[in-house]
Amino acid sequence: MPAVIEQERYTCGIGALQTVVAIPKAVPILHSGPGCGTMIAGFFERSTGYAGGNTSPCTNFTEQEVIFGGIEKLRGVIDNTFKILDTDLQVILTGCTAAIIGDDTETLAQDFASLGYPVVHADTAGFKHSNFEAHSVVVNSIVNQYTSRFEDKNPPRSDKNLVNLFASIPYQDIFWKGNLREYKRLLEGIGLKANILFGPKSGGVSEWQTIPSANFNILVSPWYGEPIVENLERRYGQPWHQFFHAPIGANESVRFLKGALQYALDQGAEIDEKKALAFIDKEEKDYYEELDNLATFLLEFRYGLPNHCHILHDSSFTVGLSKFILHETGIVPKEVFATENTPERYFERIEKDLAETSAKRKIPLYFEPDAGKAQEVIRKIAHPGRGLLIGSAWEKELAKDKGYDYLPAAVPSNYRLAMTTNYIGFTGGLRIIEDIYAIVLGSYN
Amino acid sequence: MTTINLKAAELASRERRLGSITGFSGTAEELVTQSRTCELKDKPRAFSQCLGCSTSNAACTTILIQDAATISHGPIGCASCLHDFAFTYRVDAQRRGLTNVGQRKIYSTNLTERDTIYGGAEKLEEAIREVYQRAKPSAIFIITTCASGIIGDDVEGVAQAMQKELEIPVAAVFCEGFRSKMWTTGFDAGYHGIARSVIKKPQRKRDIINVINFWGTDIFSEWFAPFGMKPNYITPYSTIESLSQASEARATVQACSTLGSYLGAVLEQEFGVPEIKTSPPYGMPQTDRWFAALGELLGQPETAAQVLAESKRKNLGKIAELKEQLSGKTAYVTAGASHGHSLLAVLRELGMIPLGAAIFHHDPLYDNGSEDADTLQHVVRDYGDVPNYNVCNKQEFELVNALNRVKPDILLARHGGMTRWGAKLGIPTLLIGDEHFGMGYDGLAKYGETILETIENDEFVTNLCKHAMNPYSKWWLEQKPNAFLEGGSCYARRN
Repeated sequence: MPAVIEQERYTCGIGALQTVVAIPKAVPILHSGPGCGTMIAGFFERSTGYAGGNTSPCTNFTEQEVIFGGIEKLRGVIDNTFKILDTDLQVILTGCTAAIIGDDTETLAQDFASLGYPVVHADTAGFKHSNFEAHSVVVNSIVNQYTSRFEDKNPPRSDKNLVNLFASIPYQDIFWKGNLREYKRLLEGIGLKANILFGPKSGGVSEWQTIPSANFNILVSPWYGEPIVENLERRYGQPWHQFFHAPIGANESVRFLKGALQYALDQGAEIDEKKALAFIDKEEKDYYEELDNLATFLLEFRYGLPNHCHILHDSSFTVGLSKFILHETGIVPKEVFATENTPERYFERIEKDLAETSAKRKIPLYFEPDAGKAQEVIRKIAHPGRGLLIGSAWEKELAKDKGYDYLPAAVPSNYRLAMTTNYIGFTGGLRIIEDIYAIVLGSYN
Repeated sequence: MTTINLKAAELASRERRLGSITGFSGTAEELVTQSRTCELKDKPRAFSQCLGCSTSNAACTTILIQDAATISHGPIGCASCLHDFAFTYRVDAQRRGLTNVGQRKIYSTNLTERDTIYGGAEKLEEAIREVYQRAKPSAIFIITTCASGIIGDDVEGVAQAMQKELEIPVAAVFCEGFRSKMWTTGFDAGYHGIARSVIKKPQRKRDIINVINFWGTDIFSEWFAPFGMKPNYITPYSTIESLSQASEARATVQACSTLGSYLGAVLEQEFGVPEIKTSPPYGMPQTDRWFAALGELLGQPETAAQVLAESKRKNLGKIAELKEQLSGKTAYVTAGASHGHSLLAVLRELGMIPLGAAIFHHDPLYDNGSEDADTLQHVVRDYGDVPNYNVCNKQEFELVNALNRVKPDILLARHGGMTRWGAKLGIPTLLIGDEHFGMGYDGLAKYGETILETIENDEFVTNLCKHAMNPYSKWWLEQKPNAFLEGGSCYARRN
């Protein structure tokens, strides 16, 4: 663990309050110091949703609560949340203050639960986890304390064609809404039904109630989210299929879908395989119609296009983007960085996945949560040709200094808005191509 | 009694130093009157939403210093929103004529569970050395957090040791969120650190005037030029050297007394730099008083009179015109304390009627102890009372309730997070980020024009209002805004 982290690209455990905000009509209730909610809102920006940001109830610890405990204050805040806010699910998230002094939110949540209220608690103390880890803590808390109440109506694995999908971390992936929508569309295209659980295309808390009835789970991630699928396997006997990186562009989308299809068939899903394969073919064909047109531009444009790039993102996107950009735009990924504080035990898996990108080149991968250091690596390297930087707002200054084109695609995202755009799937790949070359062409004033 | 002790590493919170409050419901005049007696008492709420935090306000005073580095000593989340200062710094640099300002120097010690058990002091020491190597800053500020505060790391000890080792100012800034209900305590903490570590004892007088402000447009160069003075801005875009010379200025002025309360008093009491105590120059009477005080302090009353006369000649016609168009229009204000009062002055000056205000906290007096510094008192005396005056620290539920009741022609906001409720309720809403925008006669004219334009261009809010999400229950919107404040109809619990 480095002594300092410069240029933060992820946040602490309580950042997983956005996991709650992403569930339609759910509300995070912070049992924390006064600034935690504001810090998280400020990190993600434009992230209020239904009841996040300034709307979220919070006990706002003062010295009194630090010394005497804050459980009674929290009880009052929850009681009044029911009166003031119209919400379907209330998730108590504990911050550092509550965790250090040892407030018992579990018993309090149980008190409310025993009265039939949909109250859940999650231990998200900032010093215990990153938001990448706490996302799983929050999801598991909701499954264990809320979904579990509906198990009678949703017997384990009772719906052969239903799958729970875990991929983007809401708001941490700035394209999470569009990406989850696209995963859903793609999985439906091969004949499955998908619980995506977050965002406007999910079914809110009633979708969370059906989690047990899914036949199996899909996890798109090299590591984060694993505790979720492990928990679901323990609870409901659901096996899981894991795809290690964000499937961007045609090659990886085809691989992802074929993998999911085969897995579904193995698990006894009732799917018309021929139809599913035809769907994948059609998506691929549509994609290459565009790439076909693009080839002329890529090969003939004589005023300068990027020939290499650096990527700073979480490991799922860094690997997914590297694969896509090399094979489907011809831009060569040089040094790339996984900035989410990847646990060491997953390094090998991620390196292997990236190594499979190309038989003839090795893409140098750095696991570096201290992104100030990552930028230093890039500052010291010079590759011939025009460069492209894909990363967060922090890269704007670096891109300017290096004279590189700059595509913002990660948080913090001060220089770009994202609403429902997707970066995964076939259409996500095309969108990235549009974005890259809009920036490149836009540079000619 | 002075509130200042530069020998102490930690500074007491605003509630302890000044008796400031975050809960009140009444009229502006009642609040001013209570502030002069012992009646003023903070009222707790039985429901609360996320507040701001001292640590980010302390960061606001240190991150924007050109050649300083800021280390947040805490879990990574406690520095999460600070990237926004990096954005501000890049984007607004041009307002101060700076180019190629470079990356902001912001770091976190990323305290983990292990550190909360074994302590984080060694990690902090290592971090300071690393930051020094990496950024070569002229000074390093360490801002503390709830976690570092509760586990009791000796941040002051580390800072002193490292200052000796590195031979640059290394200042511990104590700004744990739980210490104060007023996130503005963080400003004071930042300035306390700067005053202790950076500002030098004066050697001589310089023809500069300290301006304690945010990153507003440089209007003071022009304002001070007739007096033969230059502004010394504190702290955005300053340097450690320019800050160190603050003690040699002829005077200190502030863009917002909430911001500069503590440092203005420190500069006067500890370094002998007189402070213009009367409130910042918003609205005509206050602009007149402010320039008169400046002229008197500099021994140039004629220059002040000339500047005012010229400014009036240029703007009075325009202001009268605007006043005619805006007369009778209603407004609601939500802002930090002193600047909110200034906005009330501006809109009264333009003939508008304030239907109420949700102001984040209230300081009965500032650190200088002068009644003449009470911005709200000036507003009440110059323009009369303001009804529905709530002291409400960004409690959105109260704001939404109040706005929904009064339905003003315009909502004037100063801070992020509140404006969308104007728009959701179909109320034209204006947030001006540049704190200098409304100052003086020029500012009055500019503000008037912008208000007019905002009220005129209401198509977006009118449309949004028809489709807006509203998480607040019907029941709540039918209660009084202060129902969950102590003494209110729904206040039941002791918290």
